[in-house]
Formats: sequence, structure tokens, C-alpha cells
Amino acid sequence: MTFPKTLKAQAAQLGTGKTALRKKGLGIWQNCSWLEYLENVRTLALGLHSLGFAKGDKLAIIGNNRPESLFAEIATQAAGGIPLSLYHDSSPKEVAAALIKFDVTVAIVENQEQVDKLLDQPEQLPNLHRIIYINKRGMRKYSDERLVTFEAVQGLGTALGDQRPELFDSLVAAGKGDDTAIICLTSGTTGEPKGAMLSFRNLLSMSLAFNEADPKKAEDEFVSLLPLAWFGEQLMSVAVPLVAGYTVNFPEKDETAMADLREIGPHIMLSPPKVWESIAASVRVRMMDSTPFKKFMFNTFMPVGERYADCILTGVSPSLPLKMGRLLADILLFRALRDRLGLSRIRSALTGGSSLGTNVFRFFHAIGVNLKQLYGQTETAGIICMHRTGHVQGSSVGLPLAGTEIKIAENGEVLSKSAGIFKGYYNDQEVTRQVLTSDGWLKSGDTGFLDSNGHLTITDRTNTALTLSDGSSFSTQYIENNLRFSPYIAEAIVFGGGSLPLVALIGITSRAVGKWAGDNKLSFMTFADLTSRPEVIDLIAGEVTRVNATLPDLARISRFAIIYKELDADEGELTRTGKVRRETVAVIYRDIVNALHAGTETVPVDTSIVFPDGKSGHIRTTVATRKT
Amino acid sequence: MVQLSCSDIQLNFGGVRALSGVSFEVMRGEIFAIIGPNGAGKSSMLNCISGLYHPQQGKVTYEGQDVTRLPPFERTKLGMARSFQNIALFKGMTVIDNLMIGRHLHQHSGLISGGLYYGPAQTEETRHREYCEEIIEFLEIQSIRKSIVGTLAYGFQKRVELARALALEPKLLLLDEPMAGMNLEETEDMVRFILDTNEARGITIIMIEHDMGVVMDISNSVCVLDFGKKIAGGTPEQVQQDPNVIKAYLGDEDLEEL
Repeated sequence: MTFPKTLKAQAAQLGTGKTALRKKGLGIWQNCSWLEYLENVRTLALGLHSLGFAKGDKLAIIGNNRPESLFAEIATQAAGGIPLSLYHDSSPKEVAAALIKFDVTVAIVENQEQVDKLLDQPEQLPNLHRIIYINKRGMRKYSDERLVTFEAVQGLGTALGDQRPELFDSLVAAGKGDDTAIICLTSGTTGEPKGAMLSFRNLLSMSLAFNEADPKKAEDEFVSLLPLAWFGEQLMSVAVPLVAGYTVNFPEKDETAMADLREIGPHIMLSPPKVWESIAASVRVRMMDSTPFKKFMFNTFMPVGERYADCILTGVSPSLPLKMGRLLADILLFRALRDRLGLSRIRSALTGGSSLGTNVFRFFHAIGVNLKQLYGQTETAGIICMHRTGHVQGSSVGLPLAGTEIKIAENGEVLSKSAGIFKGYYNDQEVTRQVLTSDGWLKSGDTGFLDSNGHLTITDRTNTALTLSDGSSFSTQYIENNLRFSPYIAEAIVFGGGSLPLVALIGITSRAVGKWAGDNKLSFMTFADLTSRPEVIDLIAGEVTRVNATLPDLARISRFAIIYKELDADEGELTRTGKVRRETVAVIYRDIVNALHAGTETVPVDTSIVFPDGKSGHIRTTVATRKT
Repeated sequence: MVQLSCSDIQLNFGGVRALSGVSFEVMRGEIFAIIGPNGAGKSSMLNCISGLYHPQQGKVTYEGQDVTRLPPFERTKLGMARSFQNIALFKGMTVIDNLMIGRHLHQHSGLISGGLYYGPAQTEETRHREYCEEIIEFLEIQSIRKSIVGTLAYGFQKRVELARALALEPKLLLLDEPMAGMNLEETEDMVRFILDTNEARGITIIMIEHDMGVVMDISNSVCVLDFGKKIAGGTPEQVQQDPNVIKAYLGDEDLEEL
């Protein structure tokens, strides 16, 4: 089977009776049935075909998620090509690099902003000969002959379909399960992103296994909030709905996403830890702002929820009084809280991509959201292990999916084998051989162990373990996750180990700290100014001390400094999914890290930075380090 | 083709002469800027066009019709809309309600059918709501459509005011300092919206603006006023070179020093 074939089957079965996609437009949720989904794919695929798009050609999709992104993806596959989604906030340089690396010939882009990225290149992109744009706004004065509208291409497709009604079916029939379905960029916390080639068989077998482990109903709602360039979103917005038949909703605009989420009230959600962390943090920030009565309610019932969560996460059955207390808390507080967060109907809340701090985990279970951890890689078409409902454990990542084998290599590395294991990296056999053994085992790069019940526990992901001065090892991620649970701390990067003391670079959350400053009548000019205020450093010192108290003596942070700017994907400090690139951060802030290790009190900083709008500016400040 | 022409406009407030002998023509589909130092009579000029003031002398001709004596609401029916320097919205109402009031002109259902909200009144309301939603999308204010206007940031309120003016379906839009008090980013957004309004909707725009960068960038013609008199007019390039304009902005003494 292929995606276009599956889509045809779904459309034949469900027709116009069931909503496949829903997009908010002109303030109203507009439905697109499975038949309309197929029709859009059909006309676009034929349109691409008449533009000369042939088997094996690559097509890049750039823009925010919208139904057209999915039409583009499946139409490309129907026309025999391979789609590839890029992050909508990629810089022109990143876009160019990806287009060249993956030999992209056609790009489907959302709007003028993305068109500009393709046109404003120092040299014309060699293979790109068509740019199809969806939103016509502001495009009147463009004359580049490669440009064509999405509608026009669909128009070509309709015309071709009238001439040769059998063409689409024969194009779809030519697709095979082992063909490459998508090229997916791996997040690349180390080095440049690579393109993992995944076949239809990989994706569909994964979707089926995933659906078996965590059943989804056709009546379920899902909101597509994260970039389709992230594999998790590919799985949830494209592959799994084809199999499970649930409705995928697209918010009206980025700014309305949270309100739209609440309107839909999804049953299913899969987000990286970053999103869950920010939801948990936003609740706590908003509580600071709240009325005394609400604060009282929160402070009274939250501990009850947390005690209940502790029981669930450790597999202990809660006592009767606790169950009663929890029921009361649910009626009086948690129900309303879940509604506010758009989680009132959530049945399957999933986190994946990297490890989630235990505090955040506990928070969601406390308020009655059944958050489950997924573990896997893009290279395994997503999931290796996941928590099952009723068997969520804070420490493990759960049981393997059906059809997935796991073994632990001699060095402790987790290896897996399943029908989801990818075909290899695009044009990169060298690297493919490094991760894929000749007998089909995929190396994860993470170490872990299997317990007697078959649950996998990951002890360390991608070499973040450090050796303490007594020779034992400890995960920096554990410390960082705990620090990040503070509403004032957005990022924490721990350095040190061996003979060096443990030190941390801290990024503050501008919203929470800004509000704190306002409440304490502390005036400040810029973000850099805020970070250098002694009062703010005191505030963060308090938070670090609190976390230190929970850590073993040797794993405590001895000194920290606050970063004078927010970490930014445009400067390579974060990946596009918001993971910290430790190596890049270590290089950019090496003076500060060295000073932290040496115990110097202040470090002068004089540097230029690039703002999100592309303008560059200058920062001259003094970063103070603080002993804790 | 000339859409609006003002000839020999003279406006007095008691003994104060706000405008004297001002004449200019605005072509259909252009962006026309009125500039000048503070107190030059720019807003008075705009008020003469919109009908808030009636000049003692001179003639305002719009689409070939003499509108000098027409009250503002009659001119609105002819397709003029405006925004104000100090935001004039219903602050206690939502954005969408403010826009729907802008549609009032085009709503025809009577007191009874409208009040009972049955049949034709309902379909009419839906149609107008759709029109307003298109403007909301056009100006990218989806996230605030149900917010109370008074609670919004200044830049958003300015945008809502433009939205309400567009809800009138105007052929000629008068903007009184649309970019006043905005930061760089808000100004850039507003410029884009004004250009899009002009290009995509084909609406003629007359605007008063202090930001010379913006004026010189986007307007097709400029009229410069000083002490109630027109001292220069033409394309932005011509106006920039004009010695009278330089004098009005920099003053005589400074000019000598230069």
C-alpha cells in the first residue's frame, strides 16, 4: 500500500460523510471530507504531472501547516515523486542548502515570505524550476517565470483529468510500498540535518502498530500545531489519520492556535517536551497573576493531585481517602483547568522527541491528563517504545510496539529492529552504515536497559552523561530538566564534569521574569538589561539552590550565569524543534563558561547578534557569575 | 482620471484662516499624501474632504459631483471613508461589532425584521459578517476579533480603525496619520496593509503622514501645506527638491547656514 492508495480506499469508504480535514477560515471551521481530500490530491497530482514532474523527483513544501500542505504531500507521492517538508521559519540559507542537498526540482510554498526566500538567493538554485505558491497576497508584482499559483496547477490537473480520466488511477497504481514516501529531516542536535528516507511500508506499518498500542477512533479530533517538518507531526497529521480516520484540524493563524485548540478540544496530542513544559509553566505563571481565591484553590488541590500522580507513576494503588480527595479536586479545580488548556477531552496525550522532566510529567498526571512518553527516532519511522494506558511509569519509556524488537548492545546502546526501520539517509551511505548494521539493527545512540517486565528505561540520550569527581556518572539532562521546571528558567545548559566543577548557563523566560520584575517594581530597558539586574540574579540563584538541594552533593551546580539573550534557532543555538545544540552554545558562550569554571565574578561581553527580523545589532554588557 | 478635486478651498475659524486657496487633484487609484509642519492645516483639509468642515469658499468635486455642501454621511454613501488621528472606535465593543457597524450603510433590513432577526435579515447579517471576516483576514487581526477594542494595544486599535473604514466598502479612503505613535515594526506592517489595500482592492488613498520615509516610499503624489497655503505639489521626488518645502521644514535661518 501507499498513501495515495490508502487515501483512495478511505475516500471510497467514507466519501463525503466524514470530515478528514478542518481548517478555520473567515472565523468558521470549514470541513473537507475524505472525498474532497482525494479530489484535491487528484487535481494537484495531475497538475504536477502536466508540469513534467516525474517519478523520483523531489518536491519541497515550505510553510505553516494547512490542508494544502497535505494535498501537496500526497499529490507528490501520487505523481511518483518524493515530498520533503521544511520548517517555515528556516532562513533562506537553510532552505537553499536543503534544496540543493536533496535535488529539489519543485517547491510548494505558502506565501510571499517563503517565495522571497527562494528568490533572494545569491545564486539561482540549480534544479529548482517551479515555485508553486498558495497565498496570492502581495504576489502581483512578481515576474519570475518559475512562479505559478497552487490553483493554476490544480486547474491544469482538472483539465488533464478531463482528457485522460484513467491517468490518476494508473499513476497511483504504479506506486509501491517500498518506494520512498517522504524524506524527513532529522533534528540534528549534532551537526547538519540529515534526510531520512522512509518508505510507505515503514510509515504504514508504524501507524498500524501505533494505533494498536494506543487506539484512535474515527470520531477523534487532532489539532495540527507543530511543523510538518518534524517527524512526529508527519505521523500524526498524515500517516496515522490515513489509517485511523480521525479528523485533523488546522488553526487559523499562529496567534490563534491556543484559542482554536480550545475550541476543538482534541482527543489526541503529540508534542515534544518543550510544548508540555511551556504549558505547565504558563499555568504557574498565570497563577501568580490570579486572585487570592484561585491561588488558594490551586495551592490546596495541587498537592492532592500530585500525591495521586505519584501513586500512578510508581504503580502503587492510591488509598481511598486520596481517591476521594482527588475526585473533589477534579470537580473543583482540575476540570476547569483542563478546559482552559484545551485538554478537556484529551484521551491520548503523548510526548516524544526527547526526555521530559519528571516534574512536568507529574504535573500533568496531577491535573488528570494521561500523559504518555514515546521513545523512538525518525529513523525508526517514529516509535520504538511507548507507555500504555494504565502502565505509565515516570522512569521508563514503556514497552516496545508490536513487531518491534529491542536489544541492548554490549556498550549499553539501545538497538531496535522493526518494519519501520528507514531506507537510509538520502545520498549519505557512509552515515547510514554508521547507524544501521548489516543485519538490520538500528543504533539509537542512547544507552538504556530493559527491566524484567520488558519496559525500556533510557539512562542517557546522545552522550549527555557526565562523570562526577568520584568517577560515577550522572545525566546533565536530569539536572537541566529540573532547573527548567522553574517558571523563570527557559533554558539550562550544564557544563563540567571530571575535574571541572558543574556550572550552568541559564536562559530566563522573558514573560515570567519580566512580570516578576514588574511586580517588584524593578525597572529595566532591554532583555540584556533584565538579565544583568542583581535582583534577577538573586531570583535565579534561589531557584538553582532549590534544585541543588534535591541533587547529590557532587552533582550540584556550583556557579551559574544568566545568558544575556534568548537562545535562537536562527543562530543555530536551538534546533528548529527547540532542542538546545550544546556544542554551538558551548562555542558561542565559551568565555562565560570558562569564567564559570575559573570562578571569575564578571565577564565583559561585546558581541553582535542577528534579530529575528534579520537585522543585526550590538550587545555590550557585563555578565555576572554567581556562586551557589 | 480625476476622482477628487479641491479648488481654491478657503476655511476660516472666526478670524483665523486655516486654509486659503488650496487646490489639488487626486487621481483614481493613487496614494496621495498631504504633508506639512504642525498646524499647517492638514487635518482641516481632510475634514473639508470628508465633510466634517464646510469651507467658506471653494469647491470639492468627487466623481464629477459637487459635494462641497454635502454632510459626511452623504459622502460616505458616495464611497468615502476615513480614519481619525485620535482613534475613534467604540471602545467598549468587540472588534467584530465595530466592523459590523461599519457595514451599517449597506444593511437594508428594517426595524422589525432586523429586530426580530428573521428571514432576509438573517441572510443579510451572514453576508455582512462574511465581508467583515474577509477584512479581518486581510488585515491579519484574527486573533483579536472577539476582543474588546479598549483593551487592545495601540497598534492594533489603529489597524482595527482601518478595518472599520474598509468595511464601508469605500472607493476613496482618507487616513489621518495612520502610522502615528507606532514603532518600526508596526509601521512596516501598516505600510504593507495600506499598499495592499491600494493595490488589491483598488482603493484611492489620501493620507496625512509625518513619517517622511513612508510618504516618499509609497505615495504617488504629495501636496505640501504650510500656514494654510499649498506651497508645493507633485511627485515625491519633485517635492523633496522644492526650495519652499525645505524652507518650511527647516526654516530660513537654517537654510542660510546650509
